[in-house]
Amino acid sequence: MEQEALYPTEKLKCWNEAKQIRMKYYQDYAEARNKGGIRWAGGAWTFDAIPAGLGEDVYPITSEPYGATIAFDKDLSLECMEAAEKEGYPRDLCSYMRNYWGSILIDKYPFGYNDTGEFVARFQGAKPLGFPKPDFIWQDHICCSHAKWYQVVSDLEGGIPMFTVDNAVGPANELTDSKIKFVVEQLKDGIKFLEKVTGREYDDGLLFKAIRNHFVSTSKWAEICALNKAIPAPLDEKSIYSLYVLGTLQKAGKQVADFYEKTLLPEIKERVKKGIAAVPNERFRVMSDTQPPWSFLSIFRYLEKFGCVSIGSLYTFGLIGQWEVKKDGTWGPKTIPDVEFSSRDQALYEYVKYELHKPEWQHFYSCHLKSDMMIRIAREWKLNGVMLHYNRGCEGLTVGIAENRLALLEAGFPVMAFEGNNADEREFDEARTKAKINAFMETIGAK
Amino acid sequence: MITMGIDLGAKNVKVVILKDNKVVAKSNVLAGFEVTKNAQKAIDMALKKAGITKDDLDKVVSTGAGEKLAPFYDETKSMVGCDSLGAVYLHPATRSVIDVGAEEGRGMRCDETGKVLDFEVNEKCAAGAGAFTEAMSRALEVPLEEFGALSLKATEEIPMNAQCTVFAESEVVTMVHNKVSKANMAKAVHDAMASRISSMIRKIGFNKDVLLVGGVAKNVGFVESLNKDLELKVVVPKDPEYVGALGAALAAAGWKGGK
Repeated sequence: MEQEALYPTEKLKCWNEAKQIRMKYYQDYAEARNKGGIRWAGGAWTFDAIPAGLGEDVYPITSEPYGATIAFDKDLSLECMEAAEKEGYPRDLCSYMRNYWGSILIDKYPFGYNDTGEFVARFQGAKPLGFPKPDFIWQDHICCSHAKWYQVVSDLEGGIPMFTVDNAVGPANELTDSKIKFVVEQLKDGIKFLEKVTGREYDDGLLFKAIRNHFVSTSKWAEICALNKAIPAPLDEKSIYSLYVLGTLQKAGKQVADFYEKTLLPEIKERVKKGIAAVPNERFRVMSDTQPPWSFLSIFRYLEKFGCVSIGSLYTFGLIGQWEVKKDGTWGPKTIPDVEFSSRDQALYEYVKYELHKPEWQHFYSCHLKSDMMIRIAREWKLNGVMLHYNRGCEGLTVGIAENRLALLEAGFPVMAFEGNNADEREFDEARTKAKINAFMETIGAK
Repeated sequence: MITMGIDLGAKNVKVVILKDNKVVAKSNVLAGFEVTKNAQKAIDMALKKAGITKDDLDKVVSTGAGEKLAPFYDETKSMVGCDSLGAVYLHPATRSVIDVGAEEGRGMRCDETGKVLDFEVNEKCAAGAGAFTEAMSRALEVPLEEFGALSLKATEEIPMNAQCTVFAESEVVTMVHNKVSKANMAKAVHDAMASRISSMIRKIGFNKDVLLVGGVAKNVGFVESLNKDLELKVVVPKDPEYVGALGAALAAAGWKGGK
């Protein structure tokens, strides 16, 4: 089954830098109060440039990557899940959410300090650290779980001020001036709310910088993913998960924008130029969909035994990346708006207009919009097949997958569907999934 | 060319030996707890029937849930791949295959060479597999071998809502209290199971040439329920439980359709 290498390969040079950014993010959040700073919590999709206007010592923790981080630590995740279930939260709720709530209930943060004082993950020897309570909650609401998630967090923590933005205004292809303004007005109300609960004066200059960072992070991430159209693919999906996550942590943060633009993008361009492959025996290309079962990323390594690389997914490309159709009709990175910000209103308008095009928001309105984007990826990234995850842990991103499957099949792409859960490992059967992969690899001719 | 296919299923080990693509021997042994040892037993039986030794085998392919527990093999191949090959070999018109074994239900669409085009597998649920009828026949205190024929004597259609073995058993208890006849209950069980399997096969699509394989294909009650649900007559080959092992032996021979 193991096949000989066709292409040169090498590890990503920026790997350690990416890991450091992530670790510093969780450390900054935990230590924020020691330095007089502010901690806030919210979703990975929230308009995170807004709280940035409160100062440079304001640190977020985003919920979905936090839930995934716990999922990766199987023992801690089980403790969290069981604690949430004991409180009466059923197993069919969002599994990220249950990990998050469980972490509050058992008062355990998945990071801490080891014997030498280094900030590390709990499974790397960190001493117990309690869950650092946020000062306020800044959330958006497009997925039904999102607002409820933090309502419970606020209740569990004894009441935390919370502001939720309703951004479910319809798909990008039906965007109107009034819909944009509907969201903008909420953000303006939100800024007043933040000033009130923190007692700080809002700085529009910091807001402008954060929005600019947001544009760079999201456009450059898309550009990086577009480079994966190359054969061989310079990135495999398992690595992509470790890189896209930075955008889910703080897409409006300078450290993330700089990393994508100045470090990762040049390195991936170089890999394409030199023909450096993520999977040296690449012969077949597939993509996946939705969040993976985080504690079983080994299935992506298993594909490599067949000379098969998973080049990413609409999920990894479009959760952070912003895209547009280029002159030649193909998908490429969204052009960063060429505007100088002169007022809060104008900056917020540009920010919202840009962000409401997020691909991962579109399929909350129609599974057909998602099918179109998936078929586009399958064609432009030259795929041999698609692996779909019927993800019991995330209803929002799983609704419509059965329709996507039919559309992909009709477009001529073989599809394998497997059941699982992004953050509740009890609902994933590794042996059976691998058996399905075996059969799928036979179907596409890789075995 | 002499090839061997070994299907290490959840309950039984099946072995088929082919000589120039013609079946010369087959054997079937309970897998039990010592799967490798029992697989060896099945292999020895088949070799003896064929009048050959292990050294005469040109190639061996293993398949099934325990494919890697075979005492020896040259390659492994997925069950859906083996089922499709075996099905097309037995009935060349076959383009849709349903395999219901002890632990799993599978549906496949294939081409004229037996290559799988699309497939679906029943995951993590016994209600679409042989384990379901076993549990229900135990609950009704009817020998498994008689359970299928019993349901053909049913006089009524009683819906069984549960799609889960555990809950289905509690529904059976309710039926017992309601004095429902065993024949009607047996039919309710087979209808529920057929509904689950047909929903799976509908997902991938099927044509009129559907071959039903696997041990459960011997259950006439289930076949009747499935035919009714799919509104056609599925073809059940002789010895349906051997089709996976046959496909494995064909794969070992490099068979790709034709005679």
